[in-house]
Amino acid sequence: MPAAGRTLAQATLTDPLIRNNPITLQMLGICSALAVTTRLDKALVMAVSLTCVAGLASLMVSLIRNATPAAIRIIVQLAIVSSLVIVVDQVLKAYLYEISLELSVFVGLIITNCIVLGRTEGFAMQNPPLLSFLDGVGNGLGYGLVLLAVGFVREFIGTGKVFGYTVLPSVYEGGWYVPNSMFLLAPAAFFIIAAMIWLLRTWYPEQQEEG
Amino acid sequence: MQLDSPRYTLAFAAAVCVVCALLVAGSSVLLRDRQQANKLLYLQKNVLQATGLVAPGERLRDAEIVQLFDENIRPRLVELATGEYVQHPEVAPERYDQRRARADPARSRPAPPNLARVKRVPDVGLVYLVMRGGRATQVVIPIEGLGLYGTLYGFIALDRDLATVRGIAFYENRETPGLGGEVDNPNWRALWPGRKALGEDGSPRIRLVKGVAGPPEKNPYQVDALSGATITSNGVTRMLDFWLGEHGFGPYLARLRAQGGP
Repeated sequence: MPAAGRTLAQATLTDPLIRNNPITLQMLGICSALAVTTRLDKALVMAVSLTCVAGLASLMVSLIRNATPAAIRIIVQLAIVSSLVIVVDQVLKAYLYEISLELSVFVGLIITNCIVLGRTEGFAMQNPPLLSFLDGVGNGLGYGLVLLAVGFVREFIGTGKVFGYTVLPSVYEGGWYVPNSMFLLAPAAFFIIAAMIWLLRTWYPEQQEEG
Repeated sequence: MQLDSPRYTLAFAAAVCVVCALLVAGSSVLLRDRQQANKLLYLQKNVLQATGLVAPGERLRDAEIVQLFDENIRPRLVELATGEYVQHPEVAPERYDQRRARADPARSRPAPPNLARVKRVPDVGLVYLVMRGGRATQVVIPIEGLGLYGTLYGFIALDRDLATVRGIAFYENRETPGLGGEVDNPNWRALWPGRKALGEDGSPRIRLVKGVAGPPEKNPYQVDALSGATITSNGVTRMLDFWLGEHGFGPYLARLRAQGGP
């Protein structure tokens, strides 16, 4: 429910950022959060890609929600999502070629990212287009926020760099910092995300589940 | 008409398909030119990386890559069977596409059975010469061959003696990231310069071996294989064997050696 003093639209956009974050509260989209967070630039591109797809897919699904036959609504949503993903992939290949070489596999997997289909089916099918668009964008940004936070920790501790620029000169390059390569492996992302969830649930005790 | 009638459902599904198809086709057509320009730029960057003119991981603006390439690299067409330079009747070397030629039955021939599983060989290959003060100082040979999941495409740069490796680069691979995909790893690629790709007799000799190959002076014909990627490593050995050998660029390299350098 929106807090006092905020419009419904504002709440729809900003709620998923922290309080109702798709990764930390709903546990969606974990798989790609592990795969693309070894470096910040990859995490950023993935976050922007998913935000675009989630926002536009929610908008389009909502626009035709009253005309969509219930029997084929999921496959219609999937067709829309996958078309948008292909477009995003084409745009990456045209404007960020080298990142697209590394990310193509994961961008393709946005199709199966639970966040996107979760928002189109769970929200856009019942709500007007603008609100659905904001909801999609908000959830994409919430996902992106977690991705960037995890990506920052992993790249910084794992290599001593931020966005590929050296902050702590590593011993391999004649500096003093000994990079902890464990942070570049997938399990590290699990630990970091778990720590974030712990912090958030201490902050918002109502998110704690009965043990 | 009812929302759930089969006829409406079918019509709706067809309409969605048409709109989605237009969206996908439109983006592909609109962005194709830019994508192909990117591909060429990436290829040129990999040629520069193989020669050592650009360090792996070095950040360069597109214009800098084009400038470095145009100033230092000269593409030349080579008839594989004779090893002679040729002029293509229609296509300048700058625009020649060896992979397309290889796929065209009129401009290629079937390869003899080989371990690299190369199926066809182009009649005319595309090599790059590194020019310094009007003299060629390196020769860059294109290589390709099967890894675990698909074909790897890359370059190997040879010194003036036509045996010493200056560097290696792969611009396309479908290997497992972290295992076979490590052919792109700068640390692994740094093991190559200084080793000998060809033996004294001019035949390909370099091998990827398990364990640790010593420094180039001690073990000139061996390079560490990629750990966890035996099939990719064997693929690299075999493609070098093929493309530097008699059915690939062997005759060309032999001709250059006979005349005392490129």
